[in-house]
Amino acid sequence: MTGAEAWWWPYVMIVVAGWLATDIWRWLGVLASGRLREDSEVMIFVRAVATALVAGVIAKLILFPAGALQTTPMALRILAAACGFAAFFASRQKVVVGVAVGEVVLIGGWLLLGLG
Amino acid sequence: MPTPPSAPPTRLPEPPEDGSDLPARIWVLRGVRAAVSIPALILAAAFVGYAGLARESGFTLGETLAMAGLVWALPSVVVLTGAITAGMGLVPAAIAVALASVRLMPMTMALMPILRVDGKTPRWQLLVASHFVAVTAWVWAMRHLEDHPREARLPFFLGFGASLTLFVFVMTGVAYLLVEGMPALPSAALFLLTPVYFLCSLWGAARISADKAAMAAGLLLGPLFYMLLPGLDLLWTGLVGGTLAYLGTRIARRGWR
Repeated sequence: MTGAEAWWWPYVMIVVAGWLATDIWRWLGVLASGRLREDSEVMIFVRAVATALVAGVIAKLILFPAGALQTTPMALRILAAACGFAAFFASRQKVVVGVAVGEVVLIGGWLLLGLG
Repeated sequence: MPTPPSAPPTRLPEPPEDGSDLPARIWVLRGVRAAVSIPALILAAAFVGYAGLARESGFTLGETLAMAGLVWALPSVVVLTGAITAGMGLVPAAIAVALASVRLMPMTMALMPILRVDGKTPRWQLLVASHFVAVTAWVWAMRHLEDHPREARLPFFLGFGASLTLFVFVMTGVAYLLVEGMPALPSAALFLLTPVYFLCSLWGAARISADKAAMAAGLLLGPLFYMLLPGLDLLWTGLVGGTLAYLGTRIARRGWR
């Protein structure tokens, strides 16, 4: 790590750039939800925006991952995720099945390709 | 002599079967019990992978735990880790993390009307509860909370969120201490857990066609905006994808009105 050398500096970073920078959105969400009703059109729109954002996070985690997953070919990651999602449907929406199949495809592909 | 009526005329009211009369602490405990779940294991495994990344990046145990507990949303934690590792200053790092965390606002906005009892729930309780808003707890809440009576939802969510956070927090610390130089294959497998789990559970939480259309739009637009507008990509993904999904399904529902 670079930056200031004091032991507490990383904690200042974590509190300001981590905690405040994330919780501020949660607090704003509470304040902005105001008199929003569960079944209103505005609510459907807000849910759609939130869902699209989360889906964007998912796509980025698969296509542009962090850590050791970076060393795998993008096609293998997409295949693993697609097989997992298909298995999730085939199993009448059992999340465990989807996750397990995705992992099996990734690990199988890793071993077949002789990675790492 | 008249025959006695088959049912006594005055009768104690039956307790409501949905449990809305139960004290809040019972619902907190039920939330704790609900947190003993596959999603908790998957999230903990994903944070185990994160602990390996943090240790490799040179973070201490205290710093790793502070990031996990204070930031809590895993994608934002990963962005913060990258920003500090890259030696970014406080302000640029805060902007990067804030941009990666904008999604928490519409997520929280979507959850609050389900969580609160209008006119009764104090705002500070909602502010406290909002810290647990991250994909796992949000997806779980959007999927299950509406099955429970309104008064039960906030304590149920608090019990779930607090015990999920505590469990994952402890697992992150244990993994940091035990996992020295995790081999690449398990590490990669742990990093794939999060997106595949999110993918399945986000679909599971989608209640109406607008949610499903938004999910498809976000999956396609996320990488596109990442390449076109890195930094602001998630914001644009949410606004453009969400608007398209909302308008498209609205027209399908009600025509051009």
